[in-house]
Amino acid sequence: MSSNLLAVFYLISGVLFILALRGLSSPETSRRGNFFGIIGMTIAIFVTILSVGNFSTGFIYLLVFLLIGGSIGALIAFKIPMTAMPELVAGFHSLVGLAAVFVAISAFLNPTVFNLGIPGDIKIASLIEMSLGASIGAITFTGSIIAFLKLRGIMSGSPIIFLGQHYLNLVLGITLVSLIFYLCKTQIDTWFWTIILISFLVGVLLIIPIGGADMPVVISMLNSYSGWAAAGIGFTLENTALIITGALVGSSGAILSYIMCKGMNRSFFNVILGGWGATDDKTKSTSKEQKPVKNGNADDAAFLMKNASSVIIVPGYGMAVAQAQHALREMVDSLKKNGVKVTYAIHPVAGRMPGHMNVLLAEANVPYDEVFELEEINNDFANCDVAYVIGANDVTNPVAKTDPQSPIYGMPILDVEKSKSVLFVKRSLSPGYAGIDNDLFYRDNTLMLFADAKKMTEDIIKSL
Amino acid sequence: MEIDPFIFRLSIFILSIFIGYYVVWSVTPSLHTPLMSVTNAISSVIIVGAIIAALAGDGDKEKIFDIANIYGYLAIILAAINIFGGFLVTQRMLAMYKKKRKEK
Repeated sequence: MSSNLLAVFYLISGVLFILALRGLSSPETSRRGNFFGIIGMTIAIFVTILSVGNFSTGFIYLLVFLLIGGSIGALIAFKIPMTAMPELVAGFHSLVGLAAVFVAISAFLNPTVFNLGIPGDIKIASLIEMSLGASIGAITFTGSIIAFLKLRGIMSGSPIIFLGQHYLNLVLGITLVSLIFYLCKTQIDTWFWTIILISFLVGVLLIIPIGGADMPVVISMLNSYSGWAAAGIGFTLENTALIITGALVGSSGAILSYIMCKGMNRSFFNVILGGWGATDDKTKSTSKEQKPVKNGNADDAAFLMKNASSVIIVPGYGMAVAQAQHALREMVDSLKKNGVKVTYAIHPVAGRMPGHMNVLLAEANVPYDEVFELEEINNDFANCDVAYVIGANDVTNPVAKTDPQSPIYGMPILDVEKSKSVLFVKRSLSPGYAGIDNDLFYRDNTLMLFADAKKMTEDIIKSL
Repeated sequence: MEIDPFIFRLSIFILSIFIGYYVVWSVTPSLHTPLMSVTNAISSVIIVGAIIAALAGDGDKEKIFDIANIYGYLAIILAAINIFGGFLVTQRMLAMYKKKRKEK
């Protein structure tokens, strides 16, 4: 196959990938979009194999490895519970990162196949591109592993901060840049390996200071990195499909990070530098005074909601932890039989990744046209009888609007306090991840339901 | 004067960033998780590099297990996990997004 024809096919896959993302603008078109993505990938793989040409032993190995990887992937995709989606995505990011590192290493060791020169005399531009690709890939790999461990609960979600952390990162960053410079100047492979090793270290250091509640930002950021790594390799291999994809994924992750940061009213750098964890202890200890709360049980909650005309459900990470989405939907079904109007309100940073709550509700067969984003639904709280807050906390805290001293001041919140009564399903009175006491717990129209989210919801179903 | 092909690739890159910017902003927030899993899948198109690396010198028995080729094969496995896993899990998620059923 001529290289021009090959380039045209790569362009076609690139366009199909754009259409795949475009399809996600609404759930109706999304499945077709995913199909476009699959076609694009098939074309890219197929024409690459054709372009290499000779089908002998290596080709058999290729098919075997493709099949092994494919089966593992398919198995994971079918087995994974929806609640584990954040760690799955983090895990997948790490694989893209490592694959980028491996391809860069291959290209460095055997540049002739990629027309980049000969070992020891690789084109400078290609060297820069491949070391950038390898470096970003390596950062993505270890960073995602740490994110995965934190999300999976293997590693504590609390930020790990030590003295001089930022300086260390800065020094390592400068070292990386100068190593790339020396690599180009000397072509000595030791520098190449050192770049990869340091990048692995940077990936770890970058993610350990970030706390569990900031995971939505981290995941989006690593998504972005995996894209830039792919683009770096795309430049090295002079491959249009990879360049287009890398740019798409890179900007996609960047936009998601931006949306997540905005959802918390924090700057990107503030999250990266691990802002919240350090101040938590002080606020926690000062706000420990005991205030009276109204404690309710499932029967009270059932009574309140049955007699309401409209109920808004506010799900949060606690719902995901308790796997309460199915019970929740059953509860809503019986409420609907009683003629109650029920909708769902989702805060942009609810859960551990962008859109986390939406997927869980979709899994529980909640129709997506009953689920609303913050801006769409926030005005409805004033006209709603009961707000059922299940596993969410900080995203409802009115202190974000009233107290400029508060770390979450300015963060957009769901105006739960405006509804006639509020039901809080929570395991204890403890403050949320931001470590801030929620004023709402102590209001007259708030009823606290202290229990596991799933158990409480099931009890409410019984009393309904 | 001839234009360096790098400039063409850079142009594609920059324009794709803009396309990505507008396309991703139009993605509905409720589909942000599928967006992440599908971007995961498509960024594994890096497999094309892995294939070229793995098949380098194919036919020559001495060469197919060169260290560079082995890295290529490893990358193929990793990318394949991601491609199949990413697209299938996206498909699985998207199949769950349903509208209100009229029957109830």
